Amino acid sequence: MRVILLSLLAGCLFGAGLTLSGMTDPQRVVDFLDITGDWDPTLMFVMGGALAVFFGSRLILRKNNPAFCNATEPVSKSLIIGAAIFGIGWGLGGICPGPGISNLGALRTEALIFVPTMAIGMVLARVFLGRDT
Amino acid sequence: MEETYWYGLIGGVLIGAASVLALWATSKIPGISGIFAKALNPRDGDFKWRIAFLAGMILSAAILFLISDRADTYRIPEGRGWIAYAIAGLLVGFGTRCGGGCTSGHGVCGVGLGARDSIIATIVFMVAGMVTVYLFKMIGGAA
Repeated sequence: MRVILLSLLAGCLFGAGLTLSGMTDPQRVVDFLDITGDWDPTLMFVMGGALAVFFGSRLILRKNNPAFCNATEPVSKSLIIGAAIFGIGWGLGGICPGPGISNLGALRTEALIFVPTMAIGMVLARVFLGRDT
Repeated sequence: MEETYWYGLIGGVLIGAASVLALWATSKIPGISGIFAKALNPRDGDFKWRIAFLAGMILSAAILFLISDRADTYRIPEGRGWIAYAIAGLLVGFGTRCGGGCTSGHGVCGVGLGARDSIIATIVFMVAGMVTVYLFKMIGGAA
């Protein structure tokens, strides 16, 4: 029960962070990726803030908690191909999984299309690549 | 510095805190694509906390959309119809599972843990996203 309540709280914090930072606005994300246009660096500040907190916490917590230790895996072909496919989808819609899910909170049409098709894509990855879903 | 950037930084701090809290509570790297993908399988023993996390993401966003105009800002980039979002969903779903993570799992947690594979994945999906936006602009005439 404790893990479930803490996860609910973490999810609430995550959703608040995404919306307040403007990351649930697809135009803002596309403007970040549009480096030859009127570039919007907001996404860098979001990642910078998140990384600063995460990295700082890790330095304190890793002494007693193995979950915070370095867990790098070998760089595989599927990592590169998968990241590239994800990036193409991200640039196309300006939505990654987090904002897609949080935008369900306003029943946005695009999120209602994006999230179910994302689920289908994940099932296809499980069927064809044997990835866990 | 523009006000928007400050909000970006504050939002980022919240996302970082959420990631630390979830990793601490569950001992699993809290990437959104992974949480969502595994929540599709109800037989998984971790099903309940994953659903709780996703419900929290939707709940807090729903409240903030109602009370904050800033949070509620929502603009669809020119030239993107529902077909584009259906294709985007398929690519994001397949790609994040094939590559083992998204902006949160690789971009925040993996990079924050100093994982070399996550740093490389993050560079790849950012460059792929930039190239896609550029090509879309060239073909469709809009970004």
